[in-house]
Amino acid sequence: MAQPRDGAALRALLDAGGHGLIPRGLGRSYGDAAQCGGGTVVELPHLSRIRELDEDAGAIEVEAGASLDAVMRHTLGRGWFPPVTPGTRQVTIGGALAADVHGKNHHRDGSICRHVTELTLEAPGGTHVVAPDRDAELFWATAGGMGLTGVITRATLRLLPVETDQMVVDTDRFEDLDAVMAAMEEGDHRYRYSVAWVDCTAGGRRAGRAVLTRGDHARREDVPLRRGGRRPPGIQDGHLRVPEGLPAHLLNGLTIRAFNEAWYRRAPRRRHGELQPLGRFFHPLDGVADWNRLYGPRGFVQYQFAVGPAHGEVVRQAVDLLSARRLPSFLAVLKRFGPGDPGPLSFPMAGWTLALDLPVGPPTLPASLDELDGVVAAAGGRVYLAKDARLRPELLATMYPRLPELAAVRRRVDPAGMLRSDLSRRLGID
Amino acid sequence: MLDAFGQPQSIVVLGGTSDIAGAVVDRLCARRCRTVVLAGRDAERLAESAARAEEAGAERVAQVVVDATDVPGAAASVERCFAAAGDVGAGGDGNVDVVLVAVGVLSGREDELDAAHAARVAAVTYAWPVAAITRAAALLAEQGYGRIVVLSSVAGVRVRRANFVYGSAKAGLDAFARGLGDALQGTGVSVQVVRPGFVRTKMTEGMPAAPFATTADAVADVVVAGLGTPASVLWAPPVLRAVFAVLSRLPAAIWRRLPG
Repeated sequence: MAQPRDGAALRALLDAGGHGLIPRGLGRSYGDAAQCGGGTVVELPHLSRIRELDEDAGAIEVEAGASLDAVMRHTLGRGWFPPVTPGTRQVTIGGALAADVHGKNHHRDGSICRHVTELTLEAPGGTHVVAPDRDAELFWATAGGMGLTGVITRATLRLLPVETDQMVVDTDRFEDLDAVMAAMEEGDHRYRYSVAWVDCTAGGRRAGRAVLTRGDHARREDVPLRRGGRRPPGIQDGHLRVPEGLPAHLLNGLTIRAFNEAWYRRAPRRRHGELQPLGRFFHPLDGVADWNRLYGPRGFVQYQFAVGPAHGEVVRQAVDLLSARRLPSFLAVLKRFGPGDPGPLSFPMAGWTLALDLPVGPPTLPASLDELDGVVAAAGGRVYLAKDARLRPELLATMYPRLPELAAVRRRVDPAGMLRSDLSRRLGID
Repeated sequence: MLDAFGQPQSIVVLGGTSDIAGAVVDRLCARRCRTVVLAGRDAERLAESAARAEEAGAERVAQVVVDATDVPGAAASVERCFAAAGDVGAGGDGNVDVVLVAVGVLSGREDELDAAHAARVAAVTYAWPVAAITRAAALLAEQGYGRIVVLSSVAGVRVRRANFVYGSAKAGLDAFARGLGDALQGTGVSVQVVRPGFVRTKMTEGMPAAPFATTADAVADVVVAGLGTPASVLWAPPVLRAVFAVLSRLPAAIWRRLPG
C-alpha cells in the first residue's frame, strides 16, 4: 500500500517494477478490482484538492483522490450538482471514472465519463492528458478501464445546475415485476432519476414485487419558503447507525426476508410530488452508518448485470432463480439504462440492469451465479466488473467483445504490463 | 487468483495420487481451477491422476515425481512444482493459489515396533511435509497471497495404540500447520488444517471402518467449502469435532481399551 505525496512520487512507483500496481479509491469496491496481491496498491489521499469552480462553463477541476462527497459539498451551495451520483458518495473521482459509474439518471444522462471533458493519467511510460477529442482511444479505454490503463490523477467534470437541495419524488408500489417494468418503460423518460427496488425474497407470485422511486431536482417554486428565509442548500443524511457488537451473520435469510417485507410495507402505494432532501433520495445506505457491518465477517458478493431492452425476461429469470433457491438478496435494484459509453470495458448498455447483494454462505450460491452468468451472456448482456469477484473467466470475452481494443491501448501505455489487479489476473485481462 | 468463494484457478497438490486429492481436484476443476500441478511418488499413477484432472476440466496439468522419504530434497521438490505451475503454458498467470498437502503413509499394528518402518512413516507423514510446507509458505508469501490446505487426521487428535506412529506424525503436522498459520498472519497467506476421520480409500483398504467413517468425496466437499472460509481447522465429517471433544477427555484406561 502506497500513498504518494505528488505526481513525481507516483511516477517513481510506476517505474519501480515489481509484482504489479493498481490504484484504489475509498475501498467501497465490492470485488477485487482495487486489490493486487503481492503488488502495490496506490491510494491518493494527498492528491485530493478541489480546484476553482468555473461557473461560466459549469465545470470543475478536481484531483482524483477527492471524494464525490467532498465535491458535492463544495459545489451544491453554489447551485451545482455532480452530473452522475452512484449509490454512495464515498467514492473517489478516480474510482468513479475507472468504473465509469452510473446513477439513477443513466437513462437520461449516461454514465459519469460522458461528463468528463479532460483527464490526466499517470502510466508507466509517462503522463497523458486525454479527452474525448484528444487521444480518444486512451480516454475511453480509461473510462471504465478499472485502473488498468494508468492512475487517474485529475479530471475536469461538467456539472448540473440545480436550484435547491430538495428532490420532488414520486413513489409507486407494484405487486409484481411485470407491472413495474412496464411502468418504467412507459414513464421513465418523464423523470431525470428513476430506480426500482425489487423484492427477490418473496415467494411465488409475489416474487418481484417492487417499489419504484422517480424524481427530479426541485425548482425554487417547488420548495415552500421557510420562516427566516431559505436554509442554504446542504446535505443531510439519515441518523441511523448500525450498533457495534452485533452478532456475526445477522443478515441471514430470515432477517433479509423481514427487511424486504418491511421496506415494501413501508412504501406508500402511491405518493406523488413529495419533497425529499438530496441525501435521502440518492444515498439511503449512507444514512445507515456502517451498514456494511450488517453482513458479518464473511461478507457478501454483489452481482449486477445489464441486458438489452429486448431481454427483460433475464431480469425475471434472475428474480425467479433467487426466489426459488431461497438465496436471499438484501437489496435488489432495478434500473433502465440509456445508451452506453464508447469505453471498451464500460459496463452500462441500453436496456435493463439488476443489482443484487448476496451474503456469502449458502452452498448453492456459487453455482447459481455461474448459471446466471450463462443466461446473461447468452442474452448478449454483461456483468459489472466493479462489483465482480467471481465471474466465469471464459465468459468475459463474450460479455466484453471489445477487450482487444483495451489490450492494444495497454500495450501502448504499459508495455511491461505493470498495471494489473487481482481482477485482471483472475479474469485474464491482457 | 482466488475468487470471492476462495476458489482457486491454480493448485499444487503434494500427494497428487491420493484418493482425497483426486476428489478435491475434480471439484475445483469443475469450478474455476485450470492449472493443476500433481506431485507424487509413482509416475504411472501420476499420469492417471493427470488424465483425471484433465477430464474434470483442467487445461494445464503438470506432473512432478517426488520422493517423500527424501526429507532434505523436499524444498527443491516444491520449487519444481511452483516452477511447473509457471511453465505449463499460456493462459495461467503463473501464480499458485492453493497448495494442497495430502502426503502420508499409514502404519498398522503389526509394524508399529519396527524401527525402520517407524522412521519411514515419520519421514513421509511429518518431516517431508514440514519441510515442503515451509518452502511453499515462503514462495506464497513472496507472491503475496495463497492458501495452504494440510490434510491432518483425527488419528493425531488423540493418538491410538493401533497406529500411534502415524497418529503422532499427524499430531505433529497438525500442530506445525496451525503454528505456521499464526506466523503467516499479515502476509496474505493462510493455512487451513483439515482433520478427516476414517476415510475409505486405497490407504485404508482392508481395514475395519471406524465409527463415522467417511469417503474421499465427502472429505473433498469439506475441503472445497472450507476454501471459502477463514477457519483454521475443519473436521470431516464436521460431527467429529463434537465426538473428539468427548474422546479427548476419556480416561486413559478406557481409551486404551477401545477397539481398533
